[in-house]
Amino acid sequence: MGRGPTRKEFATDQDVRWCPGCGDYAILASVQTAFAKLGVPREKFVVVSGIGCSSRFPYYMNTYGFHTLHGRAPGVATGIKLTRPDLSVWVVTGDGDALAIGAGHLLHALRRNVGIRILLFNNRIYGLTKGQASPTSETGKTTPSTPGGVADRPFRPVALALAAGATFVARSVDRFGAHLQEMIERAARHEGAALIEILQNCNIFNDGAFAEVTGRAGREENVLYLEHGRPLRFGPDGSRGLALDGAGGLVEVDPGQAPGRVLVHDERAPDSAVPDLLARLDAPVPLGVFRDVSAPALEQVLRERREAARRARDGGLAELLAGPNAWTVP
Amino acid sequence: MITPGEPLASRPVPEGGSRVTIRIAGDSGDGIQLAGGRFAGATALAGNDLATLPDFPAEIRAPAGTLPGVSGYQIQFASTEVLTPGDRADVLVAFNPAALRVNLPDLRPGGVVIVNSTAFEDETGLRKAGYETNPLEDGSLDGYRVHPVAIGRLTREALADSGLGARQVERCKNFFALGLLSWMFARPLEPTLRWIERRFRDRPDLAEANRRALTAGYHFGDTARLFETPLEIPPAEVAAGVWRALDGNEAIALALATLAERSGLDVLLASYPITPASTVLHRTSRLEAFGVTTFQAEDEIGAVGAALGASFAGGLGVTTTSGPGLALKGEFLGLAVMTELPLVVIDIQRGGPSTGLPTRTEQADLLMALFGRHGEAPLPVLAPRSPGDCFWTVLEAARIALRSMTPVVVLSEGYLANGSEPFRVPGEDELPEIRPRRLSDPQRFEGTYVRDPETLARPWIAPGTPGLEHRIGGLEKDELGRVSYDPDNHERMVAARAAKIARIADDLPPAALEEGEPGDDLLVIGWGGTWGAITEAVRAERAAGRRVASLHLRHLNPLPRGLAELAGRFPRVLVAERNCGQLALLLRGRLGLDVESFTRVRGIPFVVAELRERIAAIVGGGVS
Repeated sequence: MGRGPTRKEFATDQDVRWCPGCGDYAILASVQTAFAKLGVPREKFVVVSGIGCSSRFPYYMNTYGFHTLHGRAPGVATGIKLTRPDLSVWVVTGDGDALAIGAGHLLHALRRNVGIRILLFNNRIYGLTKGQASPTSETGKTTPSTPGGVADRPFRPVALALAAGATFVARSVDRFGAHLQEMIERAARHEGAALIEILQNCNIFNDGAFAEVTGRAGREENVLYLEHGRPLRFGPDGSRGLALDGAGGLVEVDPGQAPGRVLVHDERAPDSAVPDLLARLDAPVPLGVFRDVSAPALEQVLRERREAARRARDGGLAELLAGPNAWTVP
Repeated sequence: MITPGEPLASRPVPEGGSRVTIRIAGDSGDGIQLAGGRFAGATALAGNDLATLPDFPAEIRAPAGTLPGVSGYQIQFASTEVLTPGDRADVLVAFNPAALRVNLPDLRPGGVVIVNSTAFEDETGLRKAGYETNPLEDGSLDGYRVHPVAIGRLTREALADSGLGARQVERCKNFFALGLLSWMFARPLEPTLRWIERRFRDRPDLAEANRRALTAGYHFGDTARLFETPLEIPPAEVAAGVWRALDGNEAIALALATLAERSGLDVLLASYPITPASTVLHRTSRLEAFGVTTFQAEDEIGAVGAALGASFAGGLGVTTTSGPGLALKGEFLGLAVMTELPLVVIDIQRGGPSTGLPTRTEQADLLMALFGRHGEAPLPVLAPRSPGDCFWTVLEAARIALRSMTPVVVLSEGYLANGSEPFRVPGEDELPEIRPRRLSDPQRFEGTYVRDPETLARPWIAPGTPGLEHRIGGLEKDELGRVSYDPDNHERMVAARAAKIARIADDLPPAALEEGEPGDDLLVIGWGGTWGAITEAVRAERAAGRRVASLHLRHLNPLPRGLAELAGRFPRVLVAERNCGQLALLLRGRLGLDVESFTRVRGIPFVVAELRERIAAIVGGGVS
């Protein structure tokens, strides 16, 4: 493979219209940087989005792009991938787009394991419609549409993706550039569907959305980096660890006291039980790859079937049109 | 025609030109559709022209023996042209009391009734059908020629040593009836025997049982001599060539394979199950060897989304649905109009609104197809006129979609989807050229929405093409593809999209009469699946001396050129359609035509006699 395009070559001449200070700028820079590292020609990328702040993304990527309908990007991306399995197809979506109006499409795309990469920007708020509660807003949050506080409970996007049988699920943070780029590169190389939840700040309607992770103190206290084959340790100098509590849950342990009890992260576990427990944690907040397992991608399965059918074909179009019971009128 | 009152037994073999309408009716679990379909297949092979009307309840198995559970299959066949499945049956085969009760009103006075008398021996069956006394004994069928045949008992006897259980034996009685009908109308058994062989390849015991039931029915006809001789309907005179029986949904599947094969495009059929469109998905999914991929999506919206994605990727997306699904796809159709991508949407219309009459036929989605989107979002709409015509209409829709870079809606309907007719199989040289015009040379690219001067279509550029990376989407763009909120730009783009669709009419044949001539007293205008009934009615009225003409619309948008001028040459115009006047509203609004309406919304095809009455009432005179 020759030299791929540079990060700058992935930028378009369109003025970026996100609010100054929006987390989307950092994500855009990371995506452009990660794409440049993949060594894939620009024309092979397709970025598909729905509706919302994040969904303006395709206009700022100098690749093929399709800004579609609210919540509907996974379907469009599926059609693209089934038609052109050689393309690198990315969906950019938000918590409202992917988890409210488009929740059904998202889950089915993951269930099918179609080879699309979904970047879910989660800022726990509707930005483009000016600040209403979203499916990931915390219970009790006051917004213009919930003046008495959010009455229901939020989705956990990673848990939802795991429940749908996703074969690659990761989480990162808008401003953790190096980590985010690594997740994007790994998603790009995955066969089948991949989802990255990107925790993102909305400095206008939900400032400090993930301050517990992004603040200096929070980062040290609350972030649990998931690394395959490494113990689940977090806190200053990895002074805290996670273990199974024996009752189907996780418990915090002191690695110094019981090093043998600390769970070792296995992103390739065929069973997603432990990743699911991790996905439901509020503190610490795990970042990294929850799950990365191998399964046939839908587009490959369909392509192989079609090729097999072509090889087995025992007649041309004329025979097909006539069918088995034709008769001839002289 | 079988003359009412004349005993069949003494009837000679009819002269050429004979036609018969048969209805087979029974419980929805009796295999009525199967028996009807096989009879139609054998009839087509015998060289008759034919039209069929399957009529079944929405419930898969309504309670046995009840009125709502009755399933029927009607076929008209003749040695001359057949345009409709027939208003009323000449022969009714009733498997049980409920089937008799539901279908008797549609039998011609003096018509032949063959009843499965076994089902009338049991009080419960009579009661379920609402009969207080046995209609075979109480004289209520005196106006008909009734032939009780113990189909149930005779089938059981024929299969006494088959080793099958009572339930499986019971399920073979449709083949006994089919055998009897085959004898009555001198249909060959071989095609059905071959079909049984194929269908039950893995169940030799069932193959043998059905074979025996079929031949037992045939021999019963021969031995019992219900009629003196079989009623032969000589083959119809039709054009030379290879012919087959074809229903509308199969025709669509064949069109999609043809499309993929002829265009070289990857065709993606993305659909969600819905009656009566599902069989297109079933049948197409067996045609992947021809380059069609099928995808059963999670819902109607996901389906059209995937189809549009396929078209963006440089393939051709197709989605099939019925009315409720078209409503759900509306937002995506707007996006397809905005992004100017090719897309074929096939709506097999059914009775509505809402769940309505899911297994019945209607033409009430016309205005939704034309206007059911927010914003100014015109798109071409086409409607096939017969089952076989679904093949040609879908090919034309794809040609328009690719040439003009637009979504196209095809309005088929339940009646065409399930009905069959003989179809002349086209040779390769008769198939249209479908040449997608994709742009891959960056030197020739001027802008995403810089239009072809002839078609006004924008360039189609598949992802993967180096140097032509671009973004499209639902936001308004300028000619160069940049997002634009400029008021003048929006007005210009709305006009450009509309002009592109209007210009398609340049390519279409101008409005022309089907029957009659300019200056006749009345013009009947129809569209879609009413073609057969309207043509039959108009021909009959012309034969009766009335000056009536007809014109049938295949293109509902854009309308063919010259339509207003042609219609203006008639003192009166009658628009006949199976809705409450949607085309009439369109013609008044678009062309300022002063039209009258003949409309029916009964979920069934037009009754030709009703349309004839209306024509006669308008035109007057005549010699009938």
